[in-house]
Amino acid sequence: MTTVSSPAVSSPAPTVHTGLAPLPEPRGPLSAAVLAVLRGEEPPQRPDAAAADPYGDDLQLALHCCYELHYRGFAGVPDDREWDLQLLALRGALEERFLAALRADVPPDDDVTAAVDELLVEPVGPGAETGVSHHLHRRGELWQLREYVAHRSIYHLKEADPQAWVIPRLPRAAKAGLVSVEHDEYGAGDPARLHATLFADMMRELGLPDGYGHHVDAVPGATLAEVNFMSLCGLRRSLRGALVGQFALVELTSSPGSERLVRGMRRLGCGPAAIRFYDEHVEADAVHEQILRRGVLDPLLAEEPALAADIVFGIRAAGFLGDRLGTAMLDAWAAGRTSLRTPLPDGPGR
Amino acid sequence: MPADPAHGTPAPGTPTRVTLTDDGPVLVHGPVEVELPDGRRLRSERAVTALCTCRRTRRPPFCDTSHRTRVREENHS
Repeated sequence: MTTVSSPAVSSPAPTVHTGLAPLPEPRGPLSAAVLAVLRGEEPPQRPDAAAADPYGDDLQLALHCCYELHYRGFAGVPDDREWDLQLLALRGALEERFLAALRADVPPDDDVTAAVDELLVEPVGPGAETGVSHHLHRRGELWQLREYVAHRSIYHLKEADPQAWVIPRLPRAAKAGLVSVEHDEYGAGDPARLHATLFADMMRELGLPDGYGHHVDAVPGATLAEVNFMSLCGLRRSLRGALVGQFALVELTSSPGSERLVRGMRRLGCGPAAIRFYDEHVEADAVHEQILRRGVLDPLLAEEPALAADIVFGIRAAGFLGDRLGTAMLDAWAAGRTSLRTPLPDGPGR
Repeated sequence: MPADPAHGTPAPGTPTRVTLTDDGPVLVHGPVEVELPDGRRLRSERAVTALCTCRRTRRPPFCDTSHRTRVREENHS
């Protein structure tokens, strides 16, 4: 981090979470079947993933639960259930449905340079400034900002973890570049500067519970789908190109969006810990953009040119899922209702 | 062999490599101390620091991606 330009902030003391995430509530037959296996019960029926809404609540929660075993796990679920064959078979069917939908919704393309260049222009004007960060910058209300942070907590409380899985799957030069970005995300050796820690500091200052997995029941499938896509690409070596594309999208687009959120938070009178999280990302991601392009994408394509189409797929699929979530949030807020499945105490209901 | 400043730590005794990007900031392997025209000195502890050269940044002397081409879109999509 830079000092002097942004004065040191004394964040609230970090909470020590000894408890693991609780098991969420099922949202349909797929998630009910996965949750049954997690509890060590026979699934009530053999669910059919092929008929499910690939981006819907049920399939996305089922996938989230499968993936969580590879992260921190759930309270009361044995660690070794991560490798339960019944669960892995279910996960495979869910992934097949999700991935097939994304492949159908994202046109195939292998021009990485064009896909990256699209991200390096800043659209301005009435037709462009329509995203969530623009809304929160100019006119969003505090309850909407808090909902946004609750949605984002599904990823940021495990920030950089899905991308860490790709490390051993990369050739040497790209690996060195990617790890230097990950090192920064993980606080460059300082647990207090871990981005997940900065995010939790912000949540507490905004009056939101910051427990790992706390908001899973409250967020819709569209929120879970964004993070599930990262986990899917992180866990499958065959999708390593897509994982790098997803990571590039985040790092290349985060600086301007973070700047808008900083300004929105100042307008709303948010405290220093809240502002610090996005403030840190303005400068950090301006650097990460350069490293991703020069230190990861360029050497990866030089060594594995066949990954080009998957890199573009990762960029575009992550963008597609991000746009879906953004639209869902803005539509709900425009109608004066919550974008969450269960509203926060200070916001409107459904 | 000196490392590229975009990724890696230079070996002791090797000069700091400075990368001029054609479209954006100057990349300097950190940590660095930057002296400003008014005499103030700013430190960056980052492994790589991106210094603004387009003078459009809102966070001088550091890059905030304000060099990006702005494309005007009039109509709501």
